[in-house]
Amino acid sequence: MRLTLTVNGRPTSADHVWEGESLLYVLRERLGLPGSKNACEQGECGSCTVRLDGELVCACLVAAGQAEGAEVRTVEGMAGPDGELSPLQAAFVETGAVQCGFCTPGLLLAAEELLARAPHPGDADIREALAGNLCRCTGYENILDAVRLAASRAAQAPTDPNGGPDHDR
Amino acid sequence: MTVEPTAAPAAEPVIERPAARTATAPGVVPPPSGLTQRGDTAPDTSGGVGESTQRPDGVLKVTGEFAYASDLWHRDMLWGHTLRSPHAHAEIRSLDVAEALAVPGVYAVLTHEDLPAATHYGLEFADQPVLAVDRVRYQGEAVALVAADHPETARRAAERVRVEYAPLPVVHDEASATAPDAPVLHPERDDHHAPFVPHPNVVHRQPVTSGDPEGAEALAEVVVRGEYTVGMQDQAFLGPESGLAVPAEDGGIDLYVATQWLHVDQRQLAPVLGLPPERVRLTLGGVGGAFGAREDLSMQAHACLLALRTGRPVKMVYNRQESFVGHVHRHPATLAYEHGATRDGQLVYVKGRIVLDGGAYASSSPAVVGNAASLGVGPYRVPHVAMEALALYTNNPPCGAMRGFGAVQACFAYETQMDRLAAALGMDPVELRQRNALAQGDLMPTGQPVDSPAPVAELLRRVRARPLPPEHPWEAVGAGGEPGVDPRELPGGLANSSQGEGIVRGVGYGVGIKNVGFSEGFDDYSTARVRLAAVAGEPVVTVHTAMAEVGQGGVTVHAQIARTELGVSQVSILPADTSVGSAGSTSASRQTYMTGGAVRNTCLAVRAELLRRGRERLGAAQPGWHEPGLRLRDGAVVTAGGARLASLVEVLGEDAIDLELEFRHRPTQPFDRETGQGFGHVQYSFCAHRAVVDVDVELGLVRVVELAAAQDVGRAINPRAVRGQIHGGSTQGLGLAVLEEILVGPDGTIRNPSFTDYLIPTILDVPPMPVDILELADEHAPYGLRGVGEAPTLSATPAIVAAIRQATGRALARVPVRPEHLTTGP
Repeated sequence: MRLTLTVNGRPTSADHVWEGESLLYVLRERLGLPGSKNACEQGECGSCTVRLDGELVCACLVAAGQAEGAEVRTVEGMAGPDGELSPLQAAFVETGAVQCGFCTPGLLLAAEELLARAPHPGDADIREALAGNLCRCTGYENILDAVRLAASRAAQAPTDPNGGPDHDR
Repeated sequence: MTVEPTAAPAAEPVIERPAARTATAPGVVPPPSGLTQRGDTAPDTSGGVGESTQRPDGVLKVTGEFAYASDLWHRDMLWGHTLRSPHAHAEIRSLDVAEALAVPGVYAVLTHEDLPAATHYGLEFADQPVLAVDRVRYQGEAVALVAADHPETARRAAERVRVEYAPLPVVHDEASATAPDAPVLHPERDDHHAPFVPHPNVVHRQPVTSGDPEGAEALAEVVVRGEYTVGMQDQAFLGPESGLAVPAEDGGIDLYVATQWLHVDQRQLAPVLGLPPERVRLTLGGVGGAFGAREDLSMQAHACLLALRTGRPVKMVYNRQESFVGHVHRHPATLAYEHGATRDGQLVYVKGRIVLDGGAYASSSPAVVGNAASLGVGPYRVPHVAMEALALYTNNPPCGAMRGFGAVQACFAYETQMDRLAAALGMDPVELRQRNALAQGDLMPTGQPVDSPAPVAELLRRVRARPLPPEHPWEAVGAGGEPGVDPRELPGGLANSSQGEGIVRGVGYGVGIKNVGFSEGFDDYSTARVRLAAVAGEPVVTVHTAMAEVGQGGVTVHAQIARTELGVSQVSILPADTSVGSAGSTSASRQTYMTGGAVRNTCLAVRAELLRRGRERLGAAQPGWHEPGLRLRDGAVVTAGGARLASLVEVLGEDAIDLELEFRHRPTQPFDRETGQGFGHVQYSFCAHRAVVDVDVELGLVRVVELAAAQDVGRAINPRAVRGQIHGGSTQGLGLAVLEEILVGPDGTIRNPSFTDYLIPTILDVPPMPVDILELADEHAPYGLRGVGEAPTLSATPAIVAAIRQATGRALARVPVRPEHLTTGP
């Protein structure tokens, strides 16, 4: 089948998609976007987390056909057009939240979704939001640091209408 | 020296081919390419040893551009798939591939009959068939291979390979393995341990005796005995086994693969492929974690065989279920211990017997045995010791390397014994440990002197001195100021199984000892090639090693070392491959010591050559060149007094300095086969933990509230990365304590090969983990550093279980602890 969808704001399509393929397979193997990772392919690890019409999903559990006409956001769409890292991406690098990095794309998508709906999350909120993303290297300590750092920077940014430091923790 | 984006942009779909991605050129999407990094504040030489510099691959990893082995792609590639045995032990009566070969889209189906050369391989000895011949010895053993144009086509074709099995009796524990009529799993074995083992189903046995353990019994006033069990743990790296094999024009093969040691893969592959080693070229693909599970071959030989047969590049990627049978696991163990002490808490003797289940093939079982035996009494001074460790051949999944490597199992047992001894003596468990703590100058039970700092008592003091976390963390204040409950802070979490009733707190301690580097006389070396050149008017260092970067941050450390030793800002790390000498394995906490040491060693030689050239070219005009103590700093040669003599670029001119040198740690010796005596280990590493838990004693639910660690790292080359290693190791220890176990049935099959049923800690399971880092230099090691990665995996487990024991009063002699262990039984 032919699959037509929008990925990271760019309309795209793939031909000869077999009906049994997942959105993850199409992204990785047909659209040249292997940033979404294939750690378990059974919806347990979160490394393939993408946004599908805004919702966080495990791309491995989405049949390719379910993404027809959808807007998909992947890790490849997070940096700015000039390659400037998003605040979360920068925070992940700076805090040592990345070791092997296989969980990183999924965690970035999940953390981005958290900060969009809860700009000042407490630690328990961060843990709850990221509970579906397994990491085997870091013990999560520096991932928590990264999300806290990105949230505090957003709070201090002059353009942030909410303003003010994070007092929720 | 630029950083190439490693994932090609999306392109026009290509007709009739599953993969529509285009590479930058015909050929392979490049694996992680040259990683160029400046010091954080170029152009000076900050970003050196001791700083928490950022990973050079960090940006690629957060943008999705870092090419892991499973991301590699070639426009002509086929997909490989492995048909595996459903039986743990069976005879293969017949094998018919005709139907599979007839499936449209299938290019090749291989069985053992198609092997061109050697039929067996292995890390320590070649006992594992590349493809099963007439017998399978574990569930998941590779039987046949398929190459097809789509992974699903390959999988479906594999189902059409007809295999007739005749099941055989299963050997699954010590009793069934060593029974008089036990089936001998490797009747043809001729390895170097075979003549010495008590039974052919024992891979290797190592006793360690010191003092007079029998005579010492009379001196002990208090004796405690215990039997312990450690379940089978999985490394559970996230990046699956994967790689891309590309047939080359010279008849050889180029393999891009996620592994821990390129050269040991090459050494095993060449005989199997029937090729000289120089035509088996390996390049490291991006590695999504390892933890020991990539020491052995997985898909390497299979992908190469399919590629050579079809003349097409072949990619293989395991899914999670296949991964559980595609790599070795941590040895499950049963351990029996007896500790004798005086009434005032002085250890008199320790007797121990450790039985490790090695599964169907040897892998690294002999070395795991050596560790378990030699480190089996823990970081304690014990005058009389009788230890014995052995590994079995069984029909269970093969076991081999996992972080901690034989020392993890022993630590759970000896630390539990220390707690039981403290209870029997009415002593504080930390005080008992401190009274018997190993220190510099003491002898190990192997007779090896501990000749560098061993701050065991101090590490315990530090974790105990830390303030305890507040009790009742779930108590929250509601919106109206009324007292409330945050279930996320309770055992059971959002399952809302308690409002705080039935919750008991416990605190426990653990400390462990791990060796660093390869032991027992192994010629353990690393190679580094370092090039210093002027590029566009700037000095640039290029570091080339075959070190497997698996996430640990070796590439970060190499850049730091090059900056410090050569006084430059810009460092390029070349992709790891076999065109440079071996770097040894990314195992045994050894890479910063060994390949970091090799980079330093080569940098020092480059520096000497640079100064020689400078003296030759400029020394006549500048007497400062002949002063002692010249340094390289901020891209220049300066005198000890700080006077600038010349820039590196001036000294180099057009001529680069390019050297490749090997680096060795001090030699070790094999352990004596009867007594275990010998200078067996390179270095020891120590970590202590304090665990605080809240336990719902009615439901058996555990929440680890805090897991504090103190570790001596000798020198923290990159403090942030060191903390990351301690966090990660502690978390895997937590997993073994309360979550992680591969359940193997009596028929030898794995019951839970998925992340649904094999539970690794989530962010909700892992508590805050404060880390206290000591830096007591080991004078034998580069920069005084001590290997870091494994020690924290040891002591986290017994500390957590000790805390659960304190909360529940239960004996808890096995890990992982499950809810039923806390609600039923003794």
